[in-house]
Amino acid sequence: MAQQTKKNSTYDGYIALASALLLLILNLILVSGKMPAYYSGILGFMGINIILAVSLNLINGIAGQFSLGHAGFMAIGAYVSALISIYLQWPFIVALLCGGLAAAFIGILIGLPTLRLKGDYLAIATLGLGEIIRVVILNLDITKGARGLTGIPRTTTIFWVEAIAIITVIVTINLMRSTHGRALLSIREDEIAAEAMGINTTYYKVFAFATGAFFAGIAGGLFAHIMGYIAPKNFDFMRSIEILVIVVLGGLGSITGSIVATIVLTVLPEALRGFAQYRMVLYSAMLIMMMLFRPQGLLGTRELKVSDVFKFFSGGGERDD
Amino acid sequence: MGLFVQQIVNGLALGSIYALIALGYTMVYGIIRLINFAHGDIYMIGAFVGYFALTTFNLPFGVSLVLAMLIPAILGMLIERVAYRPLRKSPSIAVLITAIGVSLLIENLAILWFSPDPRPFPQIFPNMPLDFFGIKISIPQIIVFLTSVALMIALNFLVQKTKIGKAMRAVSQDKEAASLMGIDTDRIISLTFAIGSALAGAAGVMVGVIYPRIQPLMGVMPGLKAFVSAVLGGIGSIPGAMLGGLIMGLTESLVTALISSTWRDAIAFGLLIVILLVKPSGILGKSTREKV
Repeated sequence: MAQQTKKNSTYDGYIALASALLLLILNLILVSGKMPAYYSGILGFMGINIILAVSLNLINGIAGQFSLGHAGFMAIGAYVSALISIYLQWPFIVALLCGGLAAAFIGILIGLPTLRLKGDYLAIATLGLGEIIRVVILNLDITKGARGLTGIPRTTTIFWVEAIAIITVIVTINLMRSTHGRALLSIREDEIAAEAMGINTTYYKVFAFATGAFFAGIAGGLFAHIMGYIAPKNFDFMRSIEILVIVVLGGLGSITGSIVATIVLTVLPEALRGFAQYRMVLYSAMLIMMMLFRPQGLLGTRELKVSDVFKFFSGGGERDD
Repeated sequence: MGLFVQQIVNGLALGSIYALIALGYTMVYGIIRLINFAHGDIYMIGAFVGYFALTTFNLPFGVSLVLAMLIPAILGMLIERVAYRPLRKSPSIAVLITAIGVSLLIENLAILWFSPDPRPFPQIFPNMPLDFFGIKISIPQIIVFLTSVALMIALNFLVQKTKIGKAMRAVSQDKEAASLMGIDTDRIISLTFAIGSALAGAAGVMVGVIYPRIQPLMGVMPGLKAFVSAVLGGIGSIPGAMLGGLIMGLTESLVTALISSTWRDAIAFGLLIVILLVKPSGILGKSTREKV
């Protein structure tokens, strides 16, 4: 029996293998050209949403800092990378990285003063900052204001999105298990106790904020280069809410939860398309129902492990959560 | 100088509407620590109830206003009972997401039922500007300002002088102690939602009187700004919400006139961030010491 549990723990690594296999199959269908553009479009947005959700989960779930301005960082990444692609014609990956770095820089700039705030106040401050970023973009000349930026090269492919989504997930999971991640978890659990243990809470909070902003910026860059056109209204307050809903529904602090919730919430509105005008009504009603019956989110703070899948199919032994 | 004073007049009318909405936010937050995102949509419902009462049913303005307060009040109580009360013991983020869900539900139902197109709000009062020493004040502006002030005085009386108000203040100070003193906290919370929603409904009619165009998504931005006003004045404080609303209205109309209307929203949120960083408890809020 002891051997059994030891074996189970090694199964955890297989989750990556399983998803890689799934991706491979998807890609094979894609390459063979048998997948309609509609589905590959949904896959692309799903990947971008995974990056956004996982990066917001780093700030909200792991570090416990309630941020409502993620769309702002996404906007910075999108505009910076799009402008670089249009005017400087630098390679795609460089443009993406510049977008991410710009978002991270603004993240640090915003994070340093605002992360002194807690809970609801931080949420409102970040919401306000996200809106300020949008209004500034709306008023600048280089961003073409409300008309939006056109003529962005549509260089994003599903492979780029997949690769970056996988990198984001791996980086975040590894980060969670590192010294930095442990420090962030301790800040989430009890900030005062963490500080008493000698953790530089400001540094770690700003670090989480900047890392989350970096990946949000990259996601924004991918979004800009998949759409070919961006406008400030793509990055309004509702976009931040959308990402937050994914994170909370998946379970704050659960990376796999975010991924599962992204897939559910990207597919759900598409699946409801048949109901046309009732689509958004059903979506919001389901959101309320899910929160009423499962307020901790789909997975809570747990991670989905391959061993759980084995346990599930081997007749349901006792779970130890 | 004339322009400046003129903008102050416009700002006061707009600000009194923000103040009415902000009162609902501040009372709900004070009592259950929830940012009620659906509050802006209740304000929208108020505007639509007023619209239908005035046009379809041809009711007089006073009756329409009462209806536009009554129906949102019932709606507010219903939302609290169905969506928020079961989550009383859950983490605050779960309730927040539920509030967002309720907000989306109301908006989308409104789009479905009322159609997304803007409708003209009937002009009840002649839009004739009265001239006071070169400053033009329109009749709707005066009506809006006076009605708002009357409602705020009534609210202040209710909260400060009546037994119900005393119970509300007790519950917002310490819910457990209040329930030990024999106060039915659930009923008081329900009542708080009713009063807040009624004020928001009145604000909906008021906004229809000054800016005669209503549509299902009209509550989103004013809702956010009213919340900012509540934080500005000190969340949980009723006079704070009134003051915050007026400051917000004044700032907006001055920025629109002196800088540009496109920067308006940025200034409103910038104001919020400055306040949060300098004095997070707001202008009139009491700062609470954090217990370790």
